[in-house]
Formats: sequence, C-alpha cells, structure tokens
Amino acid sequence: MTAYAQTIDAAQAADHGHHDARENQAFGFWLYILSDLILFSALFATFAVQMRSFAGGPTGKELFDLGYVAGETLLLLLSSAGFGLAMLALREGRRNRVLRWLGVTFLLGLGFILMEIHEFHGLIAEGNGPNRSGFLSAYFTLVGTHGIHVTFGLIWMAVLMLQVVVKGLSAPVQGRLLRLSVFWHFLDIVWIGVFSVVYLLGMVQ
Amino acid sequence: MTQNTSIAGEAHGSLRGYATGFVLSLILTAIPFALVMVESASSSVPVVGIFIERNLQLSRYAVGVDRSVVIAGIFVAAAVQILVHLHYFLHMDRSSSQRWNLMTFLFTVLVMAIFIGGSLWIMFDLHYRMMGS
Repeated sequence: MTAYAQTIDAAQAADHGHHDARENQAFGFWLYILSDLILFSALFATFAVQMRSFAGGPTGKELFDLGYVAGETLLLLLSSAGFGLAMLALREGRRNRVLRWLGVTFLLGLGFILMEIHEFHGLIAEGNGPNRSGFLSAYFTLVGTHGIHVTFGLIWMAVLMLQVVVKGLSAPVQGRLLRLSVFWHFLDIVWIGVFSVVYLLGMVQ
Repeated sequence: MTQNTSIAGEAHGSLRGYATGFVLSLILTAIPFALVMVESASSSVPVVGIFIERNLQLSRYAVGVDRSVVIAGIFVAAAVQILVHLHYFLHMDRSSSQRWNLMTFLFTVLVMAIFIGGSLWIMFDLHYRMMGS
C-alpha cells in the first residue's frame, strides 16, 4: 500500500464512527431518490395510458414547440454541468468558486422554471389546462411534478449557498451539497424521460 | 476503472468526465430532436420537405424518415443518455464502492418496468376487451 493510501486508511479508521454516519446519510438519500423515481414512474405510466386521450381537444403536436423544449432542455443540462463544476471546486476546497458555480447552476435552473411557468400559463390561458382532457391532465401532473421538484431543489440550493457563506465548506455542508448534487442530477435524468416521452413522442402522431 | 473517492467516501468526477458527459448528452439530445423535426417536416407541407432536401442534398427517397425508426431512436437515445448521466455525473460504475448504489438502482428499474409496462399491458388489454361495447 502506498504511504498516501495508508494515511487515508489511518484517517478513516480514526474517523470510523463519523465516516460511517456520512456514508449512511449518502446512501439513505440515494434510497430516497430511488423512491422518488418510483413516484415518477407512476406518473409516467399514467401519462402513457392517457397520452392519446385528447377528448376532442388539442394534441401534443398542436401544442408543443420543439425549439422551446430544446431551450428548456439545454438550460437543465447546462445546470447539471454547472453543479458538477461546483462539486469539483468543493473537492478543492475553493469556497468562492463553489459559490460562483452554484450561482450559475441556480440561474440556469431558475431559467428553466420560468420557461415552464410561461408554457403552463399559455396553455391554461387558451383553455388547454389540466381539465381539458386526460392527455392534458396527465401532462400537467407529470411535467408539473417535475417542475415542483426543480423548484424545491432551487430553494435547497439557495439555502446551501447561504450556509456556505456563513459556515464555510464544513463537513456537514459538504455532505449536504453532495446530496443536493445527487438530487439535481436525477432531475435532469427524469427530464430526459419527460422530453422524450411527452414532447418528442407527442410530436410523432 | 479506478474509482476516485474523497468527501465521506463519495465518488467524484474530473473536469474531463463532466465535459465528456456534457458533450455526449448534447449529441444524444440533438439526435432525437433532429429525427422528430425531419419526420414532422416530411409528413406535413411538401414545400418544407423540398427545402430540407435541397439543403441537406438528400435524394428525394431518403427524406421522410419512417415513424418507427424515429420512435426507436427517441427511446434508444434517451436510454443511452440516462446511462451517460449515471456514469459521468453520478459516478456510477461496477466498482465495489458503487455496488450498493448500483444494485438498488437496478431493482428500482425493475419496479419501474413493472409499473409502466404493466399499466400499458392492462390498459391495452382492457381497451381491447371493451371495444365491442
């Protein structure tokens, strides 16, 4: 074993109780995320069943703007990359850099939410709200639930940015940032499913 | 592959890893979008189809992607992009430190397949049986 590895080993052994707690927190959060995936799969299943139930109302092809969805997708993808860069800065212990990249991620995520609110508002204003048809009901529920998750992620992110400012990159703050990063990346994964099944498949009528 | 661990034994990435994941994701997003855009263009106004044809210099017979190809392409691209995210952003691999994460994730995928596949099967079957009345 190298001297470096031996040092890590010794540090981990000394830190054993603390180390285990942190790993449990990380894994526990992972299990929560998986349960959230199950929730989304129920919403996806419902959407799949309802995706052609137009009730004489508009179809996805008539409602969706692929360029707009591409914009939303790009914002969310960039925000995932941004969070990755924040985590790299975290590993290097560079506090201001962490804040900067979290800030970028936050703005990109906020942009995504604003675009989505605009989209929902437009649909409802034209009378194509969730009460119009089974298709639209399932659409608003699935996409809306994802949007609510992103919003909560943004609130969490803002709180953590404040904690970084006040407490610095302490061990608990690091653990929280790690858990938020898992949460944020999963939101992008769910969005891949959303834009593929809801928007793209919806256009192929 | 070598597993990097640091904060609380958590896996982490490198700048290269995030950049690679990002570029791959861009490509895997562009492909299904392009497929759908070409498909919708070719199935609607013929003028649009000719516009694409002239600019892409495709033969008249190549324009007009088959619907089933587009649908398959959407699903395959989505599946691959999800794998890209899992590996490059969530640092999931087959190493022993990721074992618990991987196994629990695979179980979740199984449950999701039952949820979604089962719902589609049941509702399709019900629709078929109800068609006479």
